[in-house]
Amino acid sequence: MPLQSLDIVRRSATTQPPPGVRAAASPSVAKLIDTSKCIGCKACQVACMEWNDLRDGIGTNVGVYDNPPDLTDQSWTVMRFSEYENPSGNLEWLIRKDGCMHCQDPGCLKACPAPGAIVQYANGIVDFQEENCIGCGYCIAGCPFNIPRISRRDHKAYKCTLCSDRVAVGLEPACIKACPTGALVFGTKEDMIQHAAERVQDLKSRGFEQAALYDPQGVEGTHVMYVLHHGDQPELYSDLPKDPRISPTVRLWKGIAKPIGLALMGFAALTGFLHYVRVGPNETTERDEEAAAEARKRTEEQTKRPAPPETRPPGPGKQS
Amino acid sequence: MSTQAGRIETTRVGERPRDRVIDGAIVRYTAGERITHWIVALAFILAALSGLAMFHRAVFWFSVFFGGGPWTRVLHPFIGLFMVLAFVLLALLVQSDNRMSAADWRWLRQWRDVLGNREERLPEVGRYNGGQKLLFFVQILCLVGLLVSGIIFWRPYFAIYFSIPVIRIAALVHAICAFVLIIAVIVHIYAGIWVRGSVRAMTRGLVSPGWAWKHHRAWFREVTNGTSPRPGAH
Repeated sequence: MPLQSLDIVRRSATTQPPPGVRAAASPSVAKLIDTSKCIGCKACQVACMEWNDLRDGIGTNVGVYDNPPDLTDQSWTVMRFSEYENPSGNLEWLIRKDGCMHCQDPGCLKACPAPGAIVQYANGIVDFQEENCIGCGYCIAGCPFNIPRISRRDHKAYKCTLCSDRVAVGLEPACIKACPTGALVFGTKEDMIQHAAERVQDLKSRGFEQAALYDPQGVEGTHVMYVLHHGDQPELYSDLPKDPRISPTVRLWKGIAKPIGLALMGFAALTGFLHYVRVGPNETTERDEEAAAEARKRTEEQTKRPAPPETRPPGPGKQS
Repeated sequence: MSTQAGRIETTRVGERPRDRVIDGAIVRYTAGERITHWIVALAFILAALSGLAMFHRAVFWFSVFFGGGPWTRVLHPFIGLFMVLAFVLLALLVQSDNRMSAADWRWLRQWRDVLGNREERLPEVGRYNGGQKLLFFVQILCLVGLLVSGIIFWRPYFAIYFSIPVIRIAALVHAICAFVLIIAVIVHIYAGIWVRGSVRAMTRGLVSPGWAWKHHRAWFREVTNGTSPRPGAH
Protein backbone atom coordinates (compact mmCIF):
# COMPACT_ATOMS: atom_id res chain seq x y z
CA MET A 1 0.00 0.00 0.00
CA PRO A 2 1.55 3.27 -1.09
CA LEU A 3 0.72 5.02 2.15
CA GLN A 4 4.14 6.62 2.25
CA SER A 5 4.32 8.15 -1.19
CA LEU A 6 0.67 9.11 -1.61
CA ASP A 7 -1.50 10.13 1.28
CA ILE A 8 -4.75 8.24 1.46
CA VAL A 9 -7.73 10.38 2.38
CA ARG A 10 -10.49 7.84 1.86
CA ARG A 11 -10.58 4.08 2.15
CA SER A 12 -13.50 1.77 1.25
CA ALA A 13 -15.40 0.01 4.05
CA THR A 14 -13.39 1.72 6.76
CA THR A 15 -14.94 3.57 9.67
CA GLN A 16 -11.81 5.02 11.19
CA PRO A 17 -9.93 7.83 9.43
CA PRO A 18 -6.75 6.92 7.51
CA PRO A 19 -3.40 8.33 8.73
CA GLY A 20 -3.84 12.05 8.37
CA VAL A 21 -1.37 13.87 10.57
CA ARG A 22 0.89 14.72 7.64
CA ALA A 23 -0.28 17.69 5.63
CA ALA A 24 -1.02 16.48 2.13
CA ALA A 25 2.08 17.27 0.10
CA SER A 26 0.44 16.67 -3.23
CA PRO A 27 -2.04 19.15 -4.63
CA SER A 28 -5.27 18.03 -6.29
CA VAL A 29 -4.38 16.78 -9.77
CA ALA A 30 -6.36 16.38 -12.98
CA LYS A 31 -6.08 15.02 -16.48
CA LEU A 32 -7.69 17.21 -19.09
CA ILE A 33 -8.92 15.55 -22.29
CA ASP A 34 -9.55 18.04 -25.07
CA THR A 35 -11.93 16.25 -27.42
CA SER A 36 -11.51 19.04 -29.98
CA LYS A 37 -7.83 18.16 -30.37
CA CYS A 38 -8.16 14.37 -30.32
CA ILE A 39 -7.48 12.63 -33.61
CA GLY A 40 -8.32 9.13 -32.35
CA CYS A 41 -4.86 7.69 -32.91
CA LYS A 42 -5.06 5.46 -29.82
CA ALA A 43 -1.47 6.22 -28.82
CA CYS A 44 -2.82 6.71 -25.29
CA GLN A 45 -4.27 3.19 -25.34
CA VAL A 46 -0.92 1.77 -26.38
CA ALA A 47 0.97 3.80 -23.77
CA CYS A 48 -1.45 2.57 -21.12
CA MET A 49 -0.86 -1.06 -22.17
CA GLU A 50 2.89 -0.55 -22.13
CA TRP A 51 3.22 1.18 -18.81
CA ASN A 52 0.77 -1.08 -17.01
CA ASP A 53 1.90 -4.28 -18.74
CA LEU A 54 -1.55 -5.05 -20.07
CA ARG A 55 -2.18 -7.12 -23.18
CA ASP A 56 -5.81 -7.47 -24.13
CA GLY A 57 -6.75 -10.40 -26.33
CA ILE A 58 -7.21 -9.89 -30.03
CA GLY A 59 -10.91 -9.20 -30.49
CA THR A 60 -13.19 -9.21 -33.50
CA ASN A 61 -13.95 -6.29 -35.75
CA VAL A 62 -17.47 -5.17 -35.02
CA GLY A 63 -17.52 -2.59 -37.80
CA VAL A 64 -16.59 0.49 -35.78
CA TYR A 65 -13.34 2.22 -34.98
CA ASP A 66 -13.59 1.43 -31.28
CA ASN A 67 -10.93 -1.17 -30.60
CA PRO A 68 -11.38 -2.98 -28.29
CA PRO A 69 -15.12 -2.30 -28.41
CA ASP A 70 -15.34 -1.78 -24.64
CA LEU A 71 -13.23 -1.29 -21.55
CA THR A 72 -11.94 -4.55 -20.10
CA ASP A 73 -9.73 -5.63 -17.20
CA GLN A 74 -6.86 -5.37 -19.71
CA SER A 75 -7.97 -2.16 -21.46
CA TRP A 76 -8.25 0.63 -18.96
CA THR A 77 -8.82 3.29 -21.57
CA VAL A 78 -10.65 3.08 -24.90
CA MET A 79 -11.27 5.64 -27.61
CA ARG A 80 -14.96 5.90 -28.31
CA PHE A 81 -15.92 7.16 -31.74
CA SER A 82 -19.30 8.65 -32.54
CA GLU A 83 -20.48 10.08 -35.82
CA TYR A 84 -22.67 13.07 -35.20
CA GLU A 85 -24.61 14.88 -37.86
CA ASN A 86 -24.88 18.45 -36.70
CA PRO A 87 -27.95 20.65 -37.37
CA SER A 88 -26.32 22.13 -40.49
CA GLY A 89 -26.07 18.65 -41.94
CA ASN A 90 -22.34 18.18 -41.57
CA LEU A 91 -20.67 15.16 -40.08
CA GLU A 92 -18.70 15.61 -36.89
CA TRP A 93 -16.50 12.86 -35.61
CA LEU A 94 -16.66 13.07 -31.85
CA ILE A 95 -13.92 11.02 -30.26
CA ARG A 96 -13.76 10.53 -26.54
CA LYS A 97 -11.04 8.83 -24.56
CA ASP A 98 -13.08 6.77 -22.09
CA GLY A 99 -11.78 5.53 -18.74
CA CYS A 100 -12.02 6.18 -15.05
CA MET A 101 -13.04 9.77 -14.28
CA HIS A 102 -11.55 9.71 -10.77
CA CYS A 103 -14.59 11.28 -9.12
CA GLN A 104 -14.06 13.41 -6.06
CA ASP A 105 -17.06 11.51 -4.59
CA PRO A 106 -16.42 8.02 -5.99
CA GLY A 107 -19.46 5.75 -6.30
CA CYS A 108 -17.21 2.69 -6.51
CA LEU A 109 -15.58 3.50 -3.17
CA LYS A 110 -18.96 4.10 -1.57
CA ALA A 111 -20.29 0.75 -2.77
CA CYS A 112 -17.20 -1.33 -2.02
CA PRO A 113 -17.66 -3.71 0.96
CA ALA A 114 -14.00 -4.76 1.25
CA PRO A 115 -11.90 -2.63 3.61
CA GLY A 116 -9.19 -0.81 1.70
CA ALA A 117 -9.93 -2.34 -1.70
CA ILE A 118 -10.61 1.15 -3.07
CA VAL A 119 -8.74 4.20 -1.85
CA GLN A 120 -8.61 7.86 -2.71
CA TYR A 121 -5.34 9.74 -2.42
CA ALA A 122 -4.99 13.32 -1.28
CA ASN A 123 -4.32 14.31 -4.89
CA GLY A 124 -7.75 12.98 -5.85
CA ILE A 125 -6.74 9.79 -7.63
CA VAL A 126 -9.10 6.87 -6.97
CA ASP A 127 -7.17 3.61 -6.94
CA PHE A 128 -8.12 -0.06 -6.63
CA GLN A 129 -5.97 -2.15 -4.30
CA GLU A 130 -6.50 -5.56 -5.85
CA GLU A 131 -5.00 -7.45 -2.91
CA ASN A 132 -8.01 -6.38 -0.84
CA CYS A 133 -10.59 -6.86 -3.62
CA ILE A 134 -13.07 -9.71 -3.05
CA GLY A 135 -14.50 -9.63 -6.57
CA CYS A 136 -18.12 -8.87 -5.65
CA GLY A 137 -18.57 -6.29 -8.41
CA TYR A 138 -20.31 -3.72 -6.15
CA CYS A 139 -17.94 -1.08 -7.59
CA ILE A 140 -19.52 -1.71 -10.99
CA ALA A 141 -22.96 -1.05 -9.49
CA GLY A 142 -21.65 2.03 -7.68
CA CYS A 143 -19.89 3.69 -10.64
CA PRO A 144 -21.92 6.36 -12.46
CA PHE A 145 -19.71 5.99 -15.56
CA ASN A 146 -19.65 2.17 -16.01
CA ILE A 147 -15.87 1.88 -15.71
CA PRO A 148 -14.65 -0.95 -13.45
CA ARG A 149 -14.25 -4.39 -14.99
CA ILE A 150 -13.78 -7.70 -13.19
CA SER A 151 -11.09 -9.95 -14.55
CA ARG A 152 -12.18 -13.43 -15.58
CA ARG A 153 -8.71 -14.61 -14.67
CA ASP A 154 -8.41 -13.54 -11.03
CA HIS A 155 -11.92 -12.16 -10.27
CA LYS A 156 -10.54 -8.80 -9.16
CA ALA A 157 -11.73 -5.38 -10.30
CA TYR A 158 -9.48 -3.23 -12.50
CA LYS A 159 -9.59 0.25 -13.97
CA CYS A 160 -7.39 3.22 -14.84
CA THR A 161 -5.11 4.14 -11.94
CA LEU A 162 -4.33 7.56 -13.42
CA CYS A 163 -0.82 6.10 -13.25
CA SER A 164 -0.80 6.68 -9.50
CA ASP A 165 2.62 5.00 -9.41
CA ARG A 166 4.03 7.55 -11.86
CA VAL A 167 2.24 10.53 -10.36
CA ALA A 168 3.57 9.55 -6.91
CA VAL A 169 7.12 10.15 -8.14
CA GLY A 170 6.36 13.34 -10.02
CA LEU A 171 5.76 11.92 -13.49
CA GLU A 172 2.69 12.45 -15.63
CA PRO A 173 0.46 9.51 -16.62
CA ALA A 174 1.68 7.36 -19.52
CA CYS A 175 -1.20 8.35 -21.82
CA ILE A 176 -0.29 12.03 -21.48
CA LYS A 177 3.28 11.24 -22.51
CA ALA A 178 2.12 9.55 -25.70
CA CYS A 179 -0.49 12.01 -26.98
CA PRO A 180 0.85 13.53 -30.22
CA THR A 181 -1.61 16.44 -30.47
CA GLY A 182 -1.63 17.76 -26.94
CA ALA A 183 -5.24 16.69 -26.50
CA LEU A 184 -4.17 15.18 -23.19
CA VAL A 185 -2.64 17.38 -20.53
CA PHE A 186 -1.98 16.75 -16.87
CA GLY A 187 -1.33 19.02 -13.93
CA THR A 188 -2.92 20.45 -10.84
CA LYS A 189 -6.67 20.58 -11.06
CA GLU A 190 -6.52 24.35 -10.72
CA ASP A 191 -4.16 24.70 -13.67
CA MET A 192 -6.24 22.31 -15.75
CA ILE A 193 -9.41 24.32 -15.12
CA GLN A 194 -7.56 27.44 -16.19
CA HIS A 195 -6.18 25.75 -19.30
CA ALA A 196 -9.64 24.45 -20.12
CA ALA A 197 -11.07 27.95 -19.85
CA GLU A 198 -8.62 29.12 -22.53
CA ARG A 199 -9.53 26.18 -24.74
CA VAL A 200 -13.24 26.85 -24.31
CA GLN A 201 -12.74 30.49 -25.20
CA ASP A 202 -10.82 29.47 -28.32
CA LEU A 203 -13.53 26.99 -29.35
CA LYS A 204 -16.23 29.60 -28.85
CA SER A 205 -14.34 31.98 -31.12
CA ARG A 206 -14.37 29.22 -33.75
CA GLY A 207 -18.13 28.86 -33.67
CA PHE A 208 -18.63 26.25 -30.97
CA GLU A 209 -20.89 28.44 -28.87
CA GLN A 210 -21.69 25.68 -26.39
CA ALA A 211 -18.09 24.60 -25.79
CA ALA A 212 -17.56 23.84 -22.13
CA LEU A 213 -15.50 22.10 -19.53
CA TYR A 214 -16.92 18.79 -18.28
CA ASP A 215 -16.26 18.62 -14.55
CA PRO A 216 -19.56 17.19 -13.26
CA GLN A 217 -20.53 18.56 -9.87
CA GLY A 218 -22.96 15.72 -9.16
CA VAL A 219 -19.89 13.71 -8.12
CA GLU A 220 -18.20 16.81 -6.65
CA GLY A 221 -16.10 17.20 -9.76
CA THR A 222 -13.74 14.72 -11.38
CA HIS A 223 -9.99 14.41 -11.66
CA VAL A 224 -10.32 13.52 -15.32
CA MET A 225 -12.07 16.33 -17.19
CA TYR A 226 -13.12 16.91 -20.77
CA VAL A 227 -13.22 19.94 -22.97
CA LEU A 228 -16.28 19.35 -25.15
CA HIS A 229 -17.23 21.34 -28.26
CA HIS A 230 -20.84 20.51 -27.45
CA GLY A 231 -20.72 21.09 -23.73
CA ASP A 232 -24.50 21.28 -23.57
CA GLN A 233 -24.88 17.78 -25.04
CA PRO A 234 -22.30 15.46 -23.45
CA GLU A 235 -24.48 12.49 -24.46
CA LEU A 236 -23.29 13.03 -28.04
CA TYR A 237 -19.90 11.72 -26.95
CA SER A 238 -20.81 8.03 -26.74
CA ASP A 239 -23.33 8.59 -23.96
CA LEU A 240 -21.20 10.61 -21.58
CA PRO A 241 -23.75 11.24 -18.80
CA LYS A 242 -25.05 14.80 -18.60
CA ASP A 243 -25.39 14.92 -14.84
CA PRO A 244 -23.65 11.90 -13.35
CA ARG A 245 -24.20 11.23 -9.70
CA ILE A 246 -24.14 8.21 -7.44
CA SER A 247 -27.45 6.43 -8.08
CA PRO A 248 -30.08 7.03 -5.37
CA THR A 249 -30.47 3.23 -5.17
CA VAL A 250 -26.78 2.89 -4.30
CA ARG A 251 -27.00 5.81 -1.85
CA LEU A 252 -29.91 4.14 -0.07
CA TRP A 253 -28.29 0.69 -0.10
CA LYS A 254 -24.85 1.90 0.97
CA GLY A 255 -25.97 4.94 2.94
CA ILE A 256 -28.59 4.87 5.66
CA ALA A 257 -29.70 1.26 5.06
CA LYS A 258 -26.42 -0.16 6.35
CA PRO A 259 -26.16 1.40 9.83
CA ILE A 260 -29.92 1.41 10.43
CA GLY A 261 -30.26 -2.19 9.28
CA LEU A 262 -27.47 -3.43 11.49
CA ALA A 263 -28.69 -1.36 14.45
CA LEU A 264 -32.23 -2.73 14.12
CA MET A 265 -30.93 -6.32 14.07
CA GLY A 266 -29.06 -5.66 17.30
CA PHE A 267 -32.12 -3.89 18.68
CA ALA A 268 -34.33 -6.91 17.87
CA ALA A 269 -32.00 -9.21 19.82
CA LEU A 270 -31.86 -6.73 22.70
CA THR A 271 -35.66 -6.44 22.73
CA GLY A 272 -35.88 -10.20 23.08
CA PHE A 273 -33.49 -10.18 26.00
CA LEU A 274 -35.35 -7.33 27.73
CA HIS A 275 -38.67 -9.09 27.15
CA TYR A 276 -37.22 -12.15 28.85
CA VAL A 277 -36.06 -10.06 31.77
CA ARG A 278 -39.37 -8.20 32.02
CA VAL A 279 -41.97 -10.92 31.31
CA GLY A 280 -39.97 -14.08 31.79
CA PRO A 281 -40.20 -17.44 30.09
CA ASN A 282 -43.49 -18.94 29.06
CA GLU A 283 -43.39 -22.20 30.99
CA THR A 284 -45.65 -25.19 31.09
CA THR A 285 -46.66 -25.79 34.70
CA GLU A 286 -47.94 -28.78 36.63
CA ARG A 287 -51.41 -27.28 36.32
CA ASP A 288 -51.16 -27.44 32.54
CA GLU A 289 -50.11 -31.07 32.71
CA GLU A 290 -53.01 -31.82 35.04
CA ALA A 291 -55.44 -29.99 32.80
CA ALA A 292 -54.11 -31.91 29.83
CA ALA A 293 -54.46 -35.24 31.65
CA GLU A 294 -57.96 -34.27 32.70
CA ALA A 295 -58.90 -33.38 29.15
CA ARG A 296 -57.54 -36.67 27.83
CA LYS A 297 -59.49 -38.62 30.44
CA ARG A 298 -62.68 -36.80 29.50
CA THR A 299 -62.11 -37.57 25.85
CA GLU A 300 -61.52 -41.22 26.59
CA GLU A 301 -64.71 -41.41 28.67
CA GLN A 302 -66.74 -39.63 26.01
CA THR A 303 -65.58 -41.80 23.20
CA LYS A 304 -65.65 -44.91 25.43
CA ARG A 305 -62.47 -46.23 24.02
CA PRO A 306 -59.03 -46.22 25.55
CA ALA A 307 -56.48 -43.66 24.33
CA PRO A 308 -57.48 -43.62 20.67
CA PRO A 309 -54.31 -42.28 19.11
CA GLU A 310 -52.21 -45.00 20.63
CA THR A 311 -54.41 -47.82 19.39
CA ARG A 312 -54.54 -46.38 15.93
CA PRO A 313 -52.27 -48.31 13.62
CA PRO A 314 -49.18 -46.43 12.55
CA GLY A 315 -49.48 -44.75 9.22
CA PRO A 316 -48.63 -41.58 7.39
CA GLY A 317 -49.13 -38.19 9.09
CA LYS A 318 -52.56 -37.04 10.11
CA GLN A 319 -52.62 -34.09 7.74
CA SER A 320 -56.03 -32.91 6.67
CA MET B 1 -49.38 -48.59 27.19
CA SER B 2 -45.66 -48.85 26.92
CA THR B 3 -45.89 -52.04 24.90
CA GLN B 4 -48.14 -50.30 22.41
CA ALA B 5 -45.75 -47.38 22.23
CA GLY B 6 -42.87 -49.78 21.83
CA ARG B 7 -44.62 -51.48 18.96
CA ILE B 8 -45.03 -48.18 17.18
CA GLU B 9 -41.47 -47.16 17.85
CA THR B 10 -40.00 -50.24 16.29
CA THR B 11 -41.80 -49.68 13.00
CA ARG B 12 -38.79 -47.72 11.82
CA VAL B 13 -35.57 -47.05 13.66
CA GLY B 14 -35.35 -43.49 14.95
CA GLU B 15 -38.57 -42.48 13.26
CA ARG B 16 -41.78 -42.09 15.17
CA PRO B 17 -45.06 -41.11 13.59
CA ARG B 18 -45.95 -37.63 14.54
CA ASP B 19 -48.99 -36.38 16.44
CA ARG B 20 -49.14 -39.49 18.67
CA VAL B 21 -48.94 -39.82 22.41
CA ILE B 22 -46.01 -42.07 23.23
CA ASP B 23 -44.88 -42.81 26.77
CA GLY B 24 -46.74 -39.77 28.04
CA ALA B 25 -45.16 -37.38 25.50
CA ILE B 26 -46.54 -36.13 22.19
CA VAL B 27 -44.46 -36.49 19.06
CA ARG B 28 -44.44 -33.03 17.47
CA TYR B 29 -41.71 -33.47 14.88
CA THR B 30 -40.39 -36.55 13.15
CA ALA B 31 -36.67 -37.09 12.80
CA GLY B 32 -36.88 -36.08 9.14
CA GLU B 33 -38.58 -32.79 9.98
CA ARG B 34 -36.05 -32.03 12.69
CA ILE B 35 -33.05 -32.75 10.51
CA THR B 36 -34.47 -30.67 7.66
CA HIS B 37 -35.11 -27.81 10.06
CA TRP B 38 -31.57 -27.85 11.41
CA ILE B 39 -30.04 -28.05 7.95
CA VAL B 40 -32.00 -24.93 7.02
CA ALA B 41 -30.97 -23.30 10.30
CA LEU B 42 -27.30 -24.04 9.78
CA ALA B 43 -27.40 -22.82 6.18
CA PHE B 44 -29.20 -19.69 7.33
CA ILE B 45 -26.54 -18.89 9.93
CA LEU B 46 -23.74 -19.36 7.40
CA ALA B 47 -25.59 -17.35 4.73
CA ALA B 48 -26.40 -14.58 7.20
CA LEU B 49 -22.85 -14.32 8.54
CA SER B 50 -21.26 -14.29 5.10
CA GLY B 51 -23.89 -11.89 3.78
CA LEU B 52 -23.57 -9.51 6.73
CA ALA B 53 -19.80 -9.47 6.21
CA MET B 54 -20.45 -7.94 2.80
CA PHE B 55 -23.26 -5.72 4.07
CA HIS B 56 -21.57 -3.62 6.72
CA ARG B 57 -17.92 -2.84 7.34
CA ALA B 58 -18.48 -3.24 11.11
CA VAL B 59 -18.96 -6.99 10.65
CA PHE B 60 -16.63 -7.57 7.72
CA TRP B 61 -14.59 -9.66 10.14
CA PHE B 62 -17.27 -12.39 9.87
CA SER B 63 -15.45 -13.21 6.64
CA VAL B 64 -12.71 -14.92 8.69
CA PHE B 65 -15.14 -17.82 9.25
CA PHE B 66 -15.22 -18.40 5.51
CA GLY B 67 -11.53 -18.08 4.69
CA GLY B 68 -11.33 -14.34 3.97
CA GLY B 69 -13.15 -11.82 1.79
CA PRO B 70 -12.87 -13.51 -1.62
CA TRP B 71 -13.97 -16.89 -0.23
CA THR B 72 -16.89 -15.23 1.53
CA ARG B 73 -17.96 -13.75 -1.80
CA VAL B 74 -17.52 -17.11 -3.54
CA LEU B 75 -19.33 -19.22 -0.92
CA HIS B 76 -22.22 -16.94 0.04
CA PRO B 77 -24.38 -17.52 -3.07
CA PHE B 78 -23.89 -21.30 -2.93
CA ILE B 79 -24.81 -21.39 0.76
CA GLY B 80 -27.84 -19.22 0.01
CA LEU B 81 -28.97 -21.46 -2.81
CA PHE B 82 -28.55 -24.51 -0.59
CA MET B 83 -30.61 -22.83 2.12
CA VAL B 84 -33.43 -22.09 -0.33
CA LEU B 85 -33.49 -25.69 -1.56
CA ALA B 86 -33.51 -27.07 2.00
CA PHE B 87 -36.23 -24.60 2.93
CA VAL B 88 -38.39 -25.77 0.04
CA LEU B 89 -38.23 -29.26 1.50
CA LEU B 90 -39.09 -28.00 4.98
CA ALA B 91 -41.91 -25.85 3.62
CA LEU B 92 -43.43 -28.85 1.83
CA LEU B 93 -43.39 -30.76 5.12
CA VAL B 94 -45.18 -28.06 7.13
CA GLN B 95 -47.19 -26.08 4.59
CA SER B 96 -50.50 -27.87 5.17
CA ASP B 97 -50.49 -26.71 8.80
CA ASN B 98 -49.67 -23.13 7.91
CA ARG B 99 -52.88 -21.87 6.31
CA MET B 100 -53.99 -18.59 7.91
CA SER B 101 -57.45 -18.65 9.48
CA ALA B 102 -59.63 -15.95 10.99
CA ALA B 103 -58.62 -17.19 14.45
CA ASP B 104 -54.95 -16.69 13.52
CA TRP B 105 -55.55 -13.06 12.62
CA ARG B 106 -57.40 -12.62 15.90
CA TRP B 107 -54.42 -14.21 17.66
CA LEU B 108 -52.09 -11.75 15.94
CA ARG B 109 -54.27 -8.77 16.84
CA GLN B 110 -53.98 -9.83 20.49
CA TRP B 111 -50.19 -9.62 20.35
CA ARG B 112 -50.15 -7.82 23.70
CA ASP B 113 -51.62 -10.90 25.38
CA VAL B 114 -49.15 -13.08 23.50
CA LEU B 115 -46.16 -11.10 24.69
CA GLY B 116 -47.60 -10.79 28.20
CA ASN B 117 -47.82 -14.59 28.66
CA ARG B 118 -51.64 -14.36 28.91
CA GLU B 119 -52.39 -17.28 26.66
CA GLU B 120 -55.72 -18.05 28.35
CA ARG B 121 -57.17 -14.97 26.62
CA LEU B 122 -56.13 -16.08 23.14
CA PRO B 123 -58.16 -18.13 20.67
CA GLU B 124 -57.29 -21.84 20.66
CA VAL B 125 -54.29 -22.56 18.51
CA GLY B 126 -53.81 -25.51 16.17
CA ARG B 127 -50.48 -27.05 15.25
CA TYR B 128 -49.10 -23.56 14.59
CA ASN B 129 -50.16 -20.19 15.93
CA GLY B 130 -50.71 -17.02 13.92
CA GLY B 131 -47.19 -15.81 14.61
CA GLN B 132 -45.62 -19.03 13.39
CA LYS B 133 -47.73 -18.95 10.24
CA LEU B 134 -46.86 -15.32 9.63
CA LEU B 135 -43.20 -16.22 10.03
CA PHE B 136 -43.66 -19.02 7.51
CA PHE B 137 -45.02 -16.63 4.86
CA VAL B 138 -42.48 -13.90 5.64
CA GLN B 139 -39.72 -16.46 5.17
CA ILE B 140 -41.15 -17.58 1.84
CA LEU B 141 -41.41 -14.00 0.58
CA CYS B 142 -37.92 -13.11 1.77
CA LEU B 143 -36.34 -16.23 0.32
CA VAL B 144 -38.00 -15.70 -3.05
CA GLY B 145 -36.76 -12.11 -3.00
CA LEU B 146 -33.27 -13.18 -1.96
CA LEU B 147 -33.09 -15.93 -4.58
CA VAL B 148 -34.23 -13.79 -7.50
CA SER B 149 -32.23 -10.69 -6.55
CA GLY B 150 -29.20 -12.74 -5.57
CA ILE B 151 -28.99 -14.49 -8.91
CA ILE B 152 -29.11 -11.12 -10.68
CA PHE B 153 -25.83 -9.96 -9.12
CA TRP B 154 -24.13 -13.32 -8.69
CA ARG B 155 -20.64 -12.96 -10.12
CA PRO B 156 -19.13 -14.28 -12.24
CA TYR B 157 -22.03 -16.41 -13.47
CA PHE B 158 -25.17 -14.33 -13.89
CA ALA B 159 -24.45 -10.64 -13.27
CA ILE B 160 -23.03 -10.26 -16.78
CA TYR B 161 -26.52 -10.81 -18.21
CA PHE B 162 -28.10 -7.89 -16.36
CA SER B 163 -27.81 -4.13 -16.78
CA ILE B 164 -26.24 -1.99 -14.07
CA PRO B 165 -29.53 -0.28 -13.00
CA VAL B 166 -31.13 -3.72 -12.58
CA ILE B 167 -28.14 -4.91 -10.53
CA ARG B 168 -28.41 -1.83 -8.29
CA ILE B 169 -32.08 -2.54 -7.57
CA ALA B 170 -31.33 -6.23 -7.04
CA ALA B 171 -28.63 -5.40 -4.48
CA LEU B 172 -31.03 -3.14 -2.59
CA VAL B 173 -33.85 -5.72 -2.69
CA HIS B 174 -31.38 -8.38 -1.53
CA ALA B 175 -30.34 -6.25 1.44
CA ILE B 176 -33.95 -5.46 2.40
CA CYS B 177 -35.11 -9.09 2.14
CA ALA B 178 -32.07 -10.26 4.12
CA PHE B 179 -32.78 -7.65 6.79
CA VAL B 180 -36.43 -8.72 7.15
CA LEU B 181 -35.47 -12.40 7.19
CA ILE B 182 -32.80 -11.90 9.84
CA ILE B 183 -35.21 -9.95 12.05
CA ALA B 184 -37.85 -12.67 11.53
CA VAL B 185 -35.37 -15.37 12.51
CA ILE B 186 -34.25 -13.41 15.57
CA VAL B 187 -37.92 -13.32 16.64
CA HIS B 188 -38.20 -17.04 15.83
CA ILE B 189 -35.11 -17.95 17.87
CA TYR B 190 -36.24 -15.82 20.79
CA ALA B 191 -39.71 -17.39 20.72
CA GLY B 192 -38.03 -20.79 20.94
CA ILE B 193 -36.07 -19.72 24.01
CA TRP B 194 -38.99 -17.89 25.57
CA VAL B 195 -41.62 -20.62 25.19
CA ARG B 196 -40.06 -23.39 27.25
CA GLY B 197 -40.20 -26.81 25.71
CA SER B 198 -39.98 -25.56 22.13
CA VAL B 199 -36.29 -26.29 21.71
CA ARG B 200 -36.88 -29.85 22.93
CA ALA B 201 -39.68 -30.18 20.38
CA MET B 202 -37.22 -29.44 17.61
CA THR B 203 -34.27 -31.40 19.03
CA ARG B 204 -35.92 -34.51 20.51
CA GLY B 205 -39.21 -34.16 18.67
CA LEU B 206 -41.24 -34.47 21.87
CA VAL B 207 -43.49 -32.15 23.86
CA SER B 208 -45.42 -32.82 27.04
CA PRO B 209 -49.23 -33.01 26.88
CA GLY B 210 -49.32 -29.94 29.14
CA TRP B 211 -47.21 -28.00 26.63
CA ALA B 212 -49.55 -28.94 23.82
CA TRP B 213 -52.57 -28.13 25.98
CA LYS B 214 -51.20 -24.72 26.88
CA HIS B 215 -49.80 -23.52 23.57
CA HIS B 216 -51.61 -25.51 20.86
CA ARG B 217 -54.87 -26.62 22.42
CA ALA B 218 -56.72 -27.32 19.18
CA TRP B 219 -53.82 -29.48 18.09
CA PHE B 220 -53.82 -31.21 21.49
CA ARG B 221 -57.50 -32.09 21.09
CA GLU B 222 -56.84 -33.36 17.62
CA VAL B 223 -54.00 -35.56 18.85
CA THR B 224 -55.92 -36.97 21.82
CA ASN B 225 -59.20 -37.37 19.90
CA GLY B 226 -57.62 -38.74 16.80
CA THR B 227 -59.89 -36.36 14.89
CA SER B 228 -59.62 -32.84 13.68
CA PRO B 229 -61.82 -30.59 15.84
CA ARG B 230 -62.32 -28.02 13.12
CA PRO B 231 -61.48 -29.41 9.72
CA GLY B 232 -59.23 -27.10 7.80
CA ALA B 233 -58.91 -24.68 10.68
CA HIS B 234 -55.45 -25.63 11.76
